[in-house]
Amino acid sequence: MRGAVLAIVLILVTGAASAAGTVYEFDTPAQRERYTEIIGQLRCLVCQGQSIAESNADLAQDMRDKVHELILEGRDRGAIIGYMTDRYGDFVLYRPPVDPRTWLLWFGPLGLLVIAVAVLAVAVRRHRAAAGSPALSAGDHERARRLLSEGLDDDDDDTQGGRP
Amino acid sequence: MKRYLLPLAIFVALAAVLAVALHLNDREIVPSPLVGKAAPELGASRLLAPDERLTLADIRGEVALVNVWASWCVACREEHAYISALAEQGVPIYGLNYKDTRAEARQWLSEFGNPYDAIVFDKEGDIGMDWGVYGVPETFLLDADGRIRYKHIGAITRESMEEEILPRVQRLREEADA
Repeated sequence: MRGAVLAIVLILVTGAASAAGTVYEFDTPAQRERYTEIIGQLRCLVCQGQSIAESNADLAQDMRDKVHELILEGRDRGAIIGYMTDRYGDFVLYRPPVDPRTWLLWFGPLGLLVIAVAVLAVAVRRHRAAAGSPALSAGDHERARRLLSEGLDDDDDDTQGGRP
Repeated sequence: MKRYLLPLAIFVALAAVLAVALHLNDREIVPSPLVGKAAPELGASRLLAPDERLTLADIRGEVALVNVWASWCVACREEHAYISALAEQGVPIYGLNYKDTRAEARQWLSEFGNPYDAIVFDKEGDIGMDWGVYGVPETFLLDADGRIRYKHIGAITRESMEEEILPRVQRLREEADA
């Protein structure tokens, strides 16, 4: 029983290790960190919604090899990202650059929020205006006073009339 | 009734935008950054003449196609007829044999025919990466100065041959003569 469990665990562990692909060597931990960050930012061009860090596709493997190679050559992040966009275009980036073509993408949600807040503000103001008491003229006050006193009189009449 | 018109209009507009975007091929709206630029170097051993190298200088001087293919690529078999047709019409075509083995690539050529003027053997896919290749087949159209002027991704069909490739070849030739 224990042997079977161990066998299953070993199979799972080796399976996971082989899915991760080649194990790369680096000169410094900082290089490894940069490598991990960069491959998480690059799109696997032949996959649906995977970075080259996640994909087992051949091309993703080649791109990881290349990123590793460039890091060992001492190239910085910008140079490596540039290397990839020179060949594959901005499509290779998960974080597209801010330029006129991507303004809608970057600022669209903010724009929608501004519009939504403006619409809400107008709606609230209208609602308040409708619910609040309108300003009364002197005539209105006079009429209201008369109506109230009449009401009192009526009231008196009713109570009087109600008496046996 | 009128108060529902605005939300309805917004919904219809949004649905239309999403429907169009859903059917757009993002590979086509994100063209290769290499289009309009000088073609990257090809320099590598030739498939059928391993001791010789094919470089960009060898293919400069006339309008030409560079076709990326491999023996393991099923779509390459489908487009082979049109690559051959283009060659027969006098368009120089250079092959970039991508991540293949010499033996299998040669076998493929003897089976289907060899329409290429020359073929570069790119065993590791290094040249492919410099050319921004991410799927096979891909075809690049180069002008007489060795600049990439157009890129076709995927297999060439009769339609794309007649409507995309040949008219552009014609135009670039006129441009070169002018």
